Amino acid sequence: MTDVFPHSYFPHTDSQRSEMLAVIGVNDVDDLFADIPQQFRNPDLDLPPALTELELGRELSGLSKKNAAPGDYACFLGAGVYRHFIPSVVSAMISRGEFLTSYTPYQPEVSQGTLQATYEFQSLICELTGMEAANAGMYDGASAMAEAALMACRVTDRGSVLVLDTVNPRYRAVLNTYLLPQGINITTVAANDVAVDDSIACVLAQYPNFYGGIEALGTLADAAHANGALLAVSANPVALGMFKAPGDYGADIVTGETQPVGVSMSFGGPFVGYFTAKTEYIRQMPGRIVGRTVDHEDRIGYVLTLQTREQHIRRERATSNICTSEALIATGTAVCLAALGPGGLKQMASLSYQKAHYAAGAINALPGYEVSGDGPWFHEFVVTCPQSPRDITKKLLEQGIIGGLDISDSVPNGMLFCATEMNTKTEIDSLVDALGKIAKVA
Amino acid sequence: MSEHPSDLQYTKEHEWVRVEGDGTATIGITHFAQDQLGDVVYLVLPKVGSSIAKDSKMGEVESVKSISDLFVPLSGEVLEINKDAIDHPERINEDPHGTGWMIKVKLSDEAEVQQLLSAEDYDKTLAS
Amino acid sequence: MTTETVRSQATHETLWDLSVPGRSGIRLPESDVPEQALPDASLLRDELPLPELSELAVVRHFTQLSQKNFSVDTNFYPLGSCTMKYNPKINDVIASTPGFSAIHPLQPEETVQGALELMYNLQGILQEITGMPASTLAPLAGAHGELSGVLMIRAYHERNGDSKRKIMLIPDSAHGTNPSSASMAGFDVITVPSDEQGNMDLEALAAVADDKLAGLMITLPSTLGLFDPGIAEICDIVHKAGGLVYGDGANMNAIMGRVKLNELGFDVVHLNLHKTTSTPHGGGGPGAGPICVGEKLVQYMPSPVVERQGATGQEIYKLVTPPDTIGALSAGHGNFGVLVRSYAYLRALGADGIRQASGDAVLNANYLMQRLKHVYYLPYDRTCMHEVVFSGKWQRAEGVKALDVSKRLIDYGVHPPTMYFPLIVEEALMIEPTETESKETMDSFVDVMIAIADESTKSPEVLVAAPHNTPVGRLDEARASRQPDVRYRA
Repeated sequence: MTDVFPHSYFPHTDSQRSEMLAVIGVNDVDDLFADIPQQFRNPDLDLPPALTELELGRELSGLSKKNAAPGDYACFLGAGVYRHFIPSVVSAMISRGEFLTSYTPYQPEVSQGTLQATYEFQSLICELTGMEAANAGMYDGASAMAEAALMACRVTDRGSVLVLDTVNPRYRAVLNTYLLPQGINITTVAANDVAVDDSIACVLAQYPNFYGGIEALGTLADAAHANGALLAVSANPVALGMFKAPGDYGADIVTGETQPVGVSMSFGGPFVGYFTAKTEYIRQMPGRIVGRTVDHEDRIGYVLTLQTREQHIRRERATSNICTSEALIATGTAVCLAALGPGGLKQMASLSYQKAHYAAGAINALPGYEVSGDGPWFHEFVVTCPQSPRDITKKLLEQGIIGGLDISDSVPNGMLFCATEMNTKTEIDSLVDALGKIAKVA
Repeated sequence: MSEHPSDLQYTKEHEWVRVEGDGTATIGITHFAQDQLGDVVYLVLPKVGSSIAKDSKMGEVESVKSISDLFVPLSGEVLEINKDAIDHPERINEDPHGTGWMIKVKLSDEAEVQQLLSAEDYDKTLAS
Repeated sequence: MTTETVRSQATHETLWDLSVPGRSGIRLPESDVPEQALPDASLLRDELPLPELSELAVVRHFTQLSQKNFSVDTNFYPLGSCTMKYNPKINDVIASTPGFSAIHPLQPEETVQGALELMYNLQGILQEITGMPASTLAPLAGAHGELSGVLMIRAYHERNGDSKRKIMLIPDSAHGTNPSSASMAGFDVITVPSDEQGNMDLEALAAVADDKLAGLMITLPSTLGLFDPGIAEICDIVHKAGGLVYGDGANMNAIMGRVKLNELGFDVVHLNLHKTTSTPHGGGGPGAGPICVGEKLVQYMPSPVVERQGATGQEIYKLVTPPDTIGALSAGHGNFGVLVRSYAYLRALGADGIRQASGDAVLNANYLMQRLKHVYYLPYDRTCMHEVVFSGKWQRAEGVKALDVSKRLIDYGVHPPTMYFPLIVEEALMIEPTETESKETMDSFVDVMIAIADESTKSPEVLVAAPHNTPVGRLDEARASRQPDVRYRA
């Protein structure tokens, strides 16, 4: 018999394997692979030896210690991913095995936990965004925006989109990936240069935009609607604790990166992209949707609904190919919003606003630094620096500070700084102090 | 005993047609079709006043687990669509040949009627 | 076994039912900075209509909800093609270490060398398993990997001036994401039939392998759980016609360590880390769908790829954009939290453990096949891989559908198998036990399946009304589609 690798993950004993092989009628497990042509069977696998759980913890701990973690470092980096407070109830709930290790809820009678949590996520997102219908979530904010553009093209039966140049460049890159293969034209425009003709399916904007500024959504909605196009907005959910909801401005599709609410930054994922639209477009929405219904004895229950939109039924004519998405992360968001409540979310938004504005004021007062942009903004701001951002980043790291994002490719010597409720006044003052010293030494 | 009334005519795409005699026809889907689909939940029908051409796609019938295209059996102009069936798609299941009718068409080419199947011939296509 | 219907008090209150205005949620500290001027009031929202709950209410609510779920941690979950194996807890602990969970994706690379090293090492392991020379961890799920794979095939042909290659071939047994991904990449889909043994019909394949062919998407083993012995010839036919072969790696649990896909002729393959490498399904994600590619497609990979540069002892890890990349798939680098779990799992197994996993997975499925083949109709009576597809057609003759068998399994505490897929088997029931299930669990399952088959002849009405012991019975899905209620309204 083939050598056995004993491990707690593999329950069979030698005698149990023998019993099963006898039932099957073969001598060895290897015999079950006879359909693999001989010349390809049982290749060598050149991998390091297996680690026990004890060794595994040690090995990976070593790797984790090679990373500079916000918390150990003060963090002023945003640009689409934000360090916010995550209440401990979130991980307590989503680490429960019943949520963590269950499958997609195609059998509703045994998945009411996941289904109701998802319905509540959909509802909370609708309340935040002022929109009528939400789905169970997409991969992330960027792919959600891309799917919004595809949906707008289906709804309007048009083949071009306009995207504002203040949308996150990483999101605009994903738009290209998704839209160009389907022959959809993308034109990047400035907010004051939005010209919508009847070839335009939608205008895409970010709120707040990549540089922190609050776009005039009402004006954009009017411009889009005047010629039968849709307004599709990508909105930061924490900002929506303070600023007017995109739905109230007449946005037709609102998507966004849900990470700021209850999701660890985790080097970029897993996150969840939320996706909302007007009810009249619901059959064109991608992704799973949970609906509320009753059983044959009128008990309220939840099911996946409108499944004929999806790939497992509609196949090549599906609204999207998305299958596995980010259900657990969405559940975590629902827990977080439930735990914070309106008061906690408003506080989170307000503190972020206050601290960022304080930081911006102090940095702007430093010789050699200039905070740019007029108009209202939330918690991110662009600083034109006296030296290259690369050098500044390095020197800040030496002081235990992760500084803003180097955006010198679009703004000469530009850095995009962010502050949230996680930055204390002491941290901010240290940042300002460090920046001041860097400028003097130059 | 056939589920498909002998006073109607049929297509291979499982639609029935009642040629009204005044140059119009009423169209729906057959008992077989609704049975295959299961509970009908949504209808997409052509706009009143639009022109539809034989064999082209004119709409969709959606059930819980599937979605089927509706094909044009006879060319013409759409005169009326069944709003009651749109608001209550279960009509299609309850009474597919009666209150589950879908559209009324003013025919543009009466010769096309020759290509429709009788109830007997339609039932034969189902048996094969 | 009781056939009496017992439903516990269904707790269906929502957060809004539990909400009381004025109740305090979690608070943050007061501002420690001087007050800043607010923007114009017209930009600010008036109300924030979120529910208001105490912390205990939140915990009790979500804990009770969780208790209504079946899960791998609580139940046998033999969902075919989903590979519901045990999700090791150590992987969750490691992934939540602050050095992994707190880092920002856009931090300077020198501050995240541990993360990049982990990703680089994981790329290496996946490349070794598939035999492919290159890989990227960027795709966030299997379907995301499929999309990038077909986009790469498209880019390859366009670079070669072959833009009339518009056809993607897909077997009739394929998962719905395959044609859907092909369509999103701008391809037209042609279906290739399977023969009576469940293998690809080679003649039918050859008939459509012409100069309009961009590629073939094929799952190995197939969604029938069968290894197609003609796979090398299939790849050859496609290559000779100028096309490329995409491998859907959803069923990799059967063949990891047993065969290298590169040697069979695959040009690009995706893996589902949330299936094969034990990362938790989470009720529908997160997952990860990394792709491993052959030489022809390396330059087209989606970004980023992790590279190791520098002399020995002075290596640094960098995020690199391939020269002719199809582009970025998301704003991040991949589902890093999932990648950490996958890496930990693969390091725990090593080469021997990987082979043990696929061996026991295939052993278990064949054991179930032999024990149930006289109870349920077995359309393909041949050695299966890690999953076996039965047909409920004998039970159908008694008026009992595969759906009813599935719902009755719930009463016995077993999650139903995959039903009605693949489409080419009537009343399909696809059973995948995985290697982490014991013989005792499987023997219990066999007993239950036999009992249900028996019930289908003696008391079919019990099956048709199942499940009886869940908080809710079968739900009115027609109503949910006719009158969509997708968010709470007071």
